Amino acid sequence: MQKIDYREWGVDTLFYWKLLIGLGIIVALGGLSALYMEHEGHWVTGMTNLVVWGTPHMFAVFLVVAASGALNIASIGSVFGKKEYKPLARLSGLLAITLLVGGLLVLVLDLGRPDRLLVALFNNNFKSIFAWNIYLYSGFMVIVAAYLFTMMERKANFISRPVGILAFTWRLILTTGTGSIFGFMVSRQAFDSAILAPMFIVMSFAYGLAIYLLVLMFTFAQDNRVIGDNLIKRLKNLLGLFILGMLFFTAVYHLTKLYGTKYHGVEYFFLVDGGIYTLTFWLGHILVGMLLPLALMFCPRFSPSRMALAIACGLVVIGGLATMYTIIIGGQVYQLEMFPGMTVINEGYGTEVAKYAKYCPTVPEFLLGIGGMGVALLATTIGIRVLKFLPETLADESVS
Amino acid sequence: MNNSPEPTDQSRRQFLGTAAGIATASVAPGVVLHIAQATSNSYPVTEAKRWGMLIDTNKCLEDCNACVQACNKEHGMDLIHKPEGQDQQKFDQQKPTWIRKVKLKDNLTGRVTNLPMLCQHCEKPPCVDVCPTGASFKRADGIVMVDRHICIGCRFCMMACPYHARSFIHENVEVKPTLTPRGKGCVESCNLCVTRLDEGGTTTACQDACAQAGHHAIIFGDLNDENSPVSKALQELPSRQIRADLNLNTGVRYSGV
Repeated sequence: MQKIDYREWGVDTLFYWKLLIGLGIIVALGGLSALYMEHEGHWVTGMTNLVVWGTPHMFAVFLVVAASGALNIASIGSVFGKKEYKPLARLSGLLAITLLVGGLLVLVLDLGRPDRLLVALFNNNFKSIFAWNIYLYSGFMVIVAAYLFTMMERKANFISRPVGILAFTWRLILTTGTGSIFGFMVSRQAFDSAILAPMFIVMSFAYGLAIYLLVLMFTFAQDNRVIGDNLIKRLKNLLGLFILGMLFFTAVYHLTKLYGTKYHGVEYFFLVDGGIYTLTFWLGHILVGMLLPLALMFCPRFSPSRMALAIACGLVVIGGLATMYTIIIGGQVYQLEMFPGMTVINEGYGTEVAKYAKYCPTVPEFLLGIGGMGVALLATTIGIRVLKFLPETLADESVS
Repeated sequence: MNNSPEPTDQSRRQFLGTAAGIATASVAPGVVLHIAQATSNSYPVTEAKRWGMLIDTNKCLEDCNACVQACNKEHGMDLIHKPEGQDQQKFDQQKPTWIRKVKLKDNLTGRVTNLPMLCQHCEKPPCVDVCPTGASFKRADGIVMVDRHICIGCRFCMMACPYHARSFIHENVEVKPTLTPRGKGCVESCNLCVTRLDEGGTTTACQDACAQAGHHAIIFGDLNDENSPVSKALQELPSRQIRADLNLNTGVRYSGV
């Protein structure tokens, strides 16, 4: 392999500033939404005492999961010794940090009392997976920053591998922690499953790689840099493998639930009777998030096209958001089964009697979530412009 | 050197004396009052008691809402108003609800049951397990509460509660009751009228209201005292825990469901 040179993103200044302003507006709208929600209270959102985590959580969990997955490219290079992935490692580390920052911002700004964040640092209940996550997330950022330093500073190159192994191990624990937020929720029929932790890990692989590929192809195309066909094919195959992994875990999760009679209610809700949640499951999670991308990437008619790959990656992202919506919000809309064998005629919330809880997201929730994505992309855009994250070329002859 | 004594400044002495007198007169009643008020709320809560409840659903009537109304009044929920422009049905699910009347129908027999659902004051509460800051806590006497000073409003406890027993304060709070502090962005739930108990009381607002309505469906007391009304009733009536499969050893038990 030739020596890899890295260079700042050299796009036209006007284009760069337009991009920054565009992303800045998205971030500002997200910030204003957070202020509005904070000032008025959460009654301006669709969240209630029955559906307590809403659209912001869909975005936040997606970003956090994608963040750990984005680091995979770097890990494949330094932990598993695949040299052709090494030039891709810096951007992988940067995206891991920026996506996590975006996700955490959304999570924090959706708190009832975001002003008490310091309280969460000084009062810890370590039986709570949330308390663990505070340290897993902040530790992840520190470790990945150190990992980036060992990759970018020649004198520190020699410890890049051990730091990379630490970062990889940490990210596996982190995503296990995120999946376990739901997996440990024993009272809720939709959650309460150990499989959610590995399922979140494999989802992180796919979402992180899809976002990575989109950013890589966009930045390289705008700066007239080359990505070799072999490398693209490798990354595409990897994404295909991760999507198949997601499909496998999704199937096992639902088959496990379908086997036991006590979970038939929740499965009937997700697969047949859940209205919008059944739609987000079949259309979003399964079709848009997995089957269509697989078809676009591996159907001989589309597979040579890079545009088809980019669309496939975009669909994985959209499907990922639909998956989070289905799992997080659908899991709450299907109400707690407190009285097996009985039908709840009146729940005691006013006069309304509903089979499933209602949730209708509002604009501020959506803007807050999009703002988090904006933060991640804005920070990435600035990062690649001011520091040498992107390799000069990824032509096959230079990376093979 | 002049040894002749200076004339004493009497006015200064008088001022100090008067000031001391006024200070004593101001503080003393407070001290006396404090000593006199050294009732149960001056001593740490211990495990000697475990507060709990038995709800006899056979006595709980469909058209009676006395327990809910009493709780709302006792804890200032009736002071919270729907924000302008908010949908009523949505507000019903957003306002704090510590106790609610649930109506059930048996799928096989069609038998209808009514019961009040509230925090079950579990011995091993999931809400306490998941709270990242320790704001959700269980007192030694079994009451599960929220420390509003360190609740960050993450709602993880609401996700983990198997009973939908917790409420998040979605709106601005205009009137803040002294005995039930409330703040926008925090979580709260039934505290078994803890201030009453700490003042030496032995009943809850819902229990009183139920008795006043003539139903006596709620029996409250010390589960550790075998002679308490609740323990005696539990010995006599068949009862069960809701979601007994979770093995939480709830402090609230139900009969007839």
